[in-house]
Amino acid sequence: MPYLVCGYPTPEAFVSLAAACASAGADVLEIGIPFSDPVMDGPVIQRATTAVLDRGLPTAEALELVGAAAASAGIPVVVMTYYNIVYRWGLEKFSLAIASLRGSGVIVPDLVVEEAGSWRDACLAAGIAPVMLAASTSGPARLRAIADCTEGFVYATSTLGVTGVRTILSEKARGLVAELRAVTKKPIAVGIGVSSAAHAQEVAGYADGVIVGSAIVKAIQETKEPVPAVHALVGELRNAVAKR
Amino acid sequence: MAALTELEEAFTASQRDQEFFGELDDLRRTYAGRPTPLWHARRLSEHFGGPRIYLKREDLAHTGAHKINNTLGQCLLAQRMGKKRIIAETGAGQHGVATATAAALFGQECVVYMGEEDTKRQALNVFRMERLGATVVPVTSGSQTLKDAINEALRDWVANVETTHYVIGSVVGPHPFPLLVREYQKVIGEEAREQILAAEGRLPDTVVACVGGGSNAIGIFHAFVGEPGVRLVGVEAAGRGIDTGEHSATISGGEPGVLHGALSLLLQDADGQVRPTHSISAGLDYPGVGPEHSFLHESGLATYEWATDFEALDAFGLLARTEGILPALEPSHALGWVAKNIGSVGDLVIVNLSGRGDKDVESVKRALETGL
Repeated sequence: MPYLVCGYPTPEAFVSLAAACASAGADVLEIGIPFSDPVMDGPVIQRATTAVLDRGLPTAEALELVGAAAASAGIPVVVMTYYNIVYRWGLEKFSLAIASLRGSGVIVPDLVVEEAGSWRDACLAAGIAPVMLAASTSGPARLRAIADCTEGFVYATSTLGVTGVRTILSEKARGLVAELRAVTKKPIAVGIGVSSAAHAQEVAGYADGVIVGSAIVKAIQETKEPVPAVHALVGELRNAVAKR
Repeated sequence: MAALTELEEAFTASQRDQEFFGELDDLRRTYAGRPTPLWHARRLSEHFGGPRIYLKREDLAHTGAHKINNTLGQCLLAQRMGKKRIIAETGAGQHGVATATAAALFGQECVVYMGEEDTKRQALNVFRMERLGATVVPVTSGSQTLKDAINEALRDWVANVETTHYVIGSVVGPHPFPLLVREYQKVIGEEAREQILAAEGRLPDTVVACVGGGSNAIGIFHAFVGEPGVRLVGVEAAGRGIDTGEHSATISGGEPGVLHGALSLLLQDADGQVRPTHSISAGLDYPGVGPEHSFLHESGLATYEWATDFEALDAFGLLARTEGILPALEPSHALGWVAKNIGSVGDLVIVNLSGRGDKDVESVKRALETGL
C-alpha cells in the first residue's frame, strides 16, 4: 500500500503517480491531504506537504484530485488527513465526499478511539471505512477498542514516533500484530518506518498489508522523473511482498 | 494516548498526596520566591486618576515569570513517574528557561524545542538554557515559531514516551495538560485573592491578564471564576490590528478547531489550515487558546478583549516611568487594555504582571527606533 501526498509534486504528476502505483502492482493507494501542522509526519513528508500548502490546496481541490487519482488508479483509495481538516469540512460532508469519489476509507491519525464515535458513525453511514491506528503502547484494552472501532483494516504503527525512512525496522511491529491478532479477525496493515523491499518482505510475513510512505515520497523528491521512479519502487516492493 | 492516561493517573494520585504538595509548597516558598507580592501601583493609579490598580508581581518569581510555577510542578511529577528525560517547547524562551531551571534542580536531562526563527530573535535565552544544562533544538519546519516547536515536541514525545515527560508550557494540548497546568498556576489567583482582601477588605471589580495560550490568565482567574461582581478580562494580542489579519487574538478572531489534541478556538482559514500569527510579544504568538478560555468565553464567565502592538508598547513605557517596573511585553497588553478602558474597569483592579521585561528590551528598542 503506497502513500502519496495529494497534489505532490504537481497536481498532474500526482494523478499520474497514482496510476503508476496501481500498474506496478499496488493493492490499495493511500493519499495524504496536507495539513499545516502534521504532528505524525517526519521531515520527508513534511517537506512535501509544506510545498503543496505553500502553493495552496483548498480541501475542495484536494478532494477533486483524490477523485481523479482514484479514477486513474482503479484500485481502492484510502485518504489520510488530520482531524481539523475533516472537522472544518464537516464529518458527514467529508465522509460522503470520500464515498462519492469512490474512496474506500479515511485514516485520521490524530483522532483517538475514545473520541471517534461520531466520526465512525458518519463513515459507516456514508459507506466508507474509518481506519484507526494502533501502537505498541496502546495496551490490551485500548487495542480491543481500536480493533472494534476500525473498519477495513487496523493501521499498526511499527514503531513509536513519526513517519520517516529508517534503516532498521523495529521488532515491536511483530509483537503488536500478534497482540492485535488476539483481539480481532480484521486485517492488519503495518506502516511507519517501512522503507525498503527487505522491510516489506519481512512485514508481509506476519501482517496482511504493508504501508510505505516516506520512502516513496523521498524517491519523488530525489528525481526529475518521478513516475518511472515510483513505478520501479512500487514494483520492487510488490515483488518483495510476493516472496514472503 | 496511553501516555496521557498514564499522566492523568499519576497526576490524579499526586493531587491527593500530602507529601507531594508539601514538597511543591516548600519549593515554591524557598526556591521560587512565593508568595509573590501584590503591589499597589499608586503612581500608575494617580496617572489614570481613577481606579486603584494592583499588580500581581509574577515578574518577581524565580526566572522572572509565572512559568516556574508550572515547571516545578511538572518536573516534580515527572520525578515521581520515574521519567528522567524532560522535553519542552518554547516561543520567546521563558518557558524553556523555566523548564531548564526545574530540570537542573531535579537532575533531569532536558531538551527544549524552539522555532529556528525564535532562536535567532532570542539568542540570549538559548544561551541561558544551554548554561542550565539543556539542549536547545532549533525547529525548521512550518512557520518556525511556537506552534511548530509544539509539533516537534509532540513528535519527540510520541517516539520516546517510555522515558520522557513533556512539560507543556501553557493550558493547551490534549487532556490532562490544560487541567494540570491550571492546577500548578492557580496559586497566583489564590494568593492574589488573599492579598487583596488583606489590603482592601474586598474583592476587586476587575481582574485583567494577557492571553496567549492562557496559563497566567487561568492561574489568576481560577480563584475568582463565578464570583459575583468580579469581572475577568483576558487580553489577547491584536498585533498590527484585528482587521489586518496580522494578530494572534484567537478568541476575538478565531473559530472552533482542533489543534494539538484539543478542541478550542483557533486562527485558521476556511479549510482548517492553521493561519500564521503575529504579535510583538513572542509569548502571545500562538494560533490557539486553552480550551478552558473558550469555555469561559462561551459561558460569559470571562470576557476577552485585545490590545495592539502599539498599545502594549505604550503601556510598557508608562509602567516603567510611573512605577520603576519593566514589564514583559505580554502583560503590557493587559496594561494597555486597562489604559484604554480606564473608565469602565470599576474602582479596584488587579493586573497580573506575568513576567519581567528584561528579555524584551531589545525588541522594544527596535520597535521604537524603526517603528512597528
